[in-house]
Amino acid sequence: MSAGTTMNHSDNGYNFAYLDEQTKRMIRRSLLKALSIPGYQVPFGGREMPLAYGWGTGGIQVTAAVIGPDDWLKVIDQGADDTTNAVSIRRFFQTVADVAVTESTEVATIIQTRHRIPETPLKEGQVLVYQVPQPEPLQKIEPRETETRKMHAYAEYGAMQVTLYEDVAHFGRIAKTYDYPAIVNGRHLMSPSPIPKFDNPKMENNPAIQLFGAGREKRIYAVPPYTSVRSLDFDDHPFEVQTWKGSCALCGSTTSYLDEMITDDRGSRMFVCSDTDFCNTRQAEAASAPDDKAAGEDA
Amino acid sequence: MTASALRKPAPKPPLLEVSGLSKSYGTQVGCRDISFAVRPGEVLGIVGESGSGKSTLLACLSGRLQPDTGSISYDMKDRGPVDILTLCEPERRRLARTDWGIVHQNPRDGLRLDVSAGGNIGERPMALGARHYGNIRTEAQDWLQKVEIDLARTDDRPRTFSGGMQQRLQIARNLVTRPRLVFMDEPTGGLDVSVQARLLDLLRGLVRELGVAAIIVTHDLAVVRLLADRLMVMQRGRVIEEGLTDQVLDDPHHPYTQLLVSSVLQV
Ligand SMILES: Nc1ncnc2c1ncn2[C@@H]1O[C@H](COP(=O)(O)OP(=O)(O)OP(=O)(O)O)[C@@H](O)[C@H]1O
Ligand SMILES: [Mg+2]
Ligand SMILES: [Zn+2]
Repeated sequence: MSAGTTMNHSDNGYNFAYLDEQTKRMIRRSLLKALSIPGYQVPFGGREMPLAYGWGTGGIQVTAAVIGPDDWLKVIDQGADDTTNAVSIRRFFQTVADVAVTESTEVATIIQTRHRIPETPLKEGQVLVYQVPQPEPLQKIEPRETETRKMHAYAEYGAMQVTLYEDVAHFGRIAKTYDYPAIVNGRHLMSPSPIPKFDNPKMENNPAIQLFGAGREKRIYAVPPYTSVRSLDFDDHPFEVQTWKGSCALCGSTTSYLDEMITDDRGSRMFVCSDTDFCNTRQAEAASAPDDKAAGEDA
Repeated sequence: MTASALRKPAPKPPLLEVSGLSKSYGTQVGCRDISFAVRPGEVLGIVGESGSGKSTLLACLSGRLQPDTGSISYDMKDRGPVDILTLCEPERRRLARTDWGIVHQNPRDGLRLDVSAGGNIGERPMALGARHYGNIRTEAQDWLQKVEIDLARTDDRPRTFSGGMQQRLQIARNLVTRPRLVFMDEPTGGLDVSVQARLLDLLRGLVRELGVAAIIVTHDLAVVRLLADRLMVMQRGRVIEEGLTDQVLDDPHHPYTQLLVSSVLQV
């Protein structure tokens, strides 16, 4: 995030990172406010972007406001760098900001994401930008915005717990598997965007800056580095992440989030990492590293 | 301290004390210069014809309307008497969902129709920090039994309940946190006579058992006869007569009250 030197106009006629400087400053002010009140939804004067809502316009505006010429940008969608949404957003920033792009979580300074948090642990100095379709976790239980604002202001979150109660009453367990509500910094209830609940624990105490942008609803919120993020649950139905019986068919990982893939037209299935960079890196390491087992036998 | 002082404790201070309360809607009078007190465990009935200001008064008392003038002193558990009009909004909302209950005439206003009966009752305990599902459910079912709703309906949505059941669920949802004061606006309105009678019996039992104070607004004198210790009669925004329920109903002084009582007797 080096926002100082973004005044240059590139050849294509756009201001650096598409948004004008005034808009970027306005978004940065909202981001600073969001960082100082973790989990609080800050309204911002969102701009029309050359993409339809649902394609990450909120995330794009946040990225545009924080990106600088020295940044390395990574964009993922469902953990993959090569899906249509990820590719088009990456191209957009290459066109309007001429920044370096990467698929490596290690190398990236800004990661814009839809649906996942990378498996590779993030570091200080990195920024994770989430695309958020619906920022209001209370919306389903309380449609009136005047009321949800008060519920946040006064930390009245009993109604949210009721939705978990309903799950256990009807299904015997908390059925929510993604966009799983969490309390940030012991205070604000937050919708973590449609990431799987598997990723919720990664938000907690993360060294990176986590920024959330909702384009249609024009809201920004944030989790500063090293902040508590506690997933709601019951004492007798504690929060649990998804687990899989096997391991990744490609890299053998037993700790990553796995997607089920159909491998042929006879319906054969296998499980592979949803995080393609993580999986590819592990496969490459396994190929280049000396065989552990053989090394052991040599000794 | 003398022995007589030990034997005669001072009378309980009022739980709620209202003085000089007025509320207008523009030039239209809602209620005017109302003063009264409710002691712990006491049930106060408010009767009067349509438009006499009953709902306006109740809404002012329960924090849903801001009165123009007057004070409402409530004996808070941890702080003693406080003018609730000076409380900040979160304090007032907290009071309303812990130490108070509000039973609305229309259950739609007081229930979450798409949340199970158990969830409706569990909301207040969860808002107060209950986080053990098993305990929350057990408590909800205790209350379903108290209000005579079949436990097989625990996970059903109140949308599928009869009017009487919805009203009983609303009562359970409010009483679960053991409030000390409950506001009820026409709790039996819109129900069949036989359903009304059952609800009244139930309410009477619960109010006695829990020792909860209640303010019950109704135009039905049978309701106050059965439930209320004391009675206020309203007309055109003012209280025109008040006293012990039986006294007021059996020996009304104000001509309007006499009319009210006699017209009921004709029914
Ligand atoms: N929102 C409002 N705006 C304007 N006038 C109102 C409003 N609410 C009530 N009033 C008026 O205030 C007066 C008192 O009304 P209120 O609803 O308190 O009477 P009530 O005793 O509850 O009547 P009912 O038995 O019909 O429920 C009436 O004249 C009514 O028309
Ligand atoms: Mg009324
Ligand atoms: Zn893998």
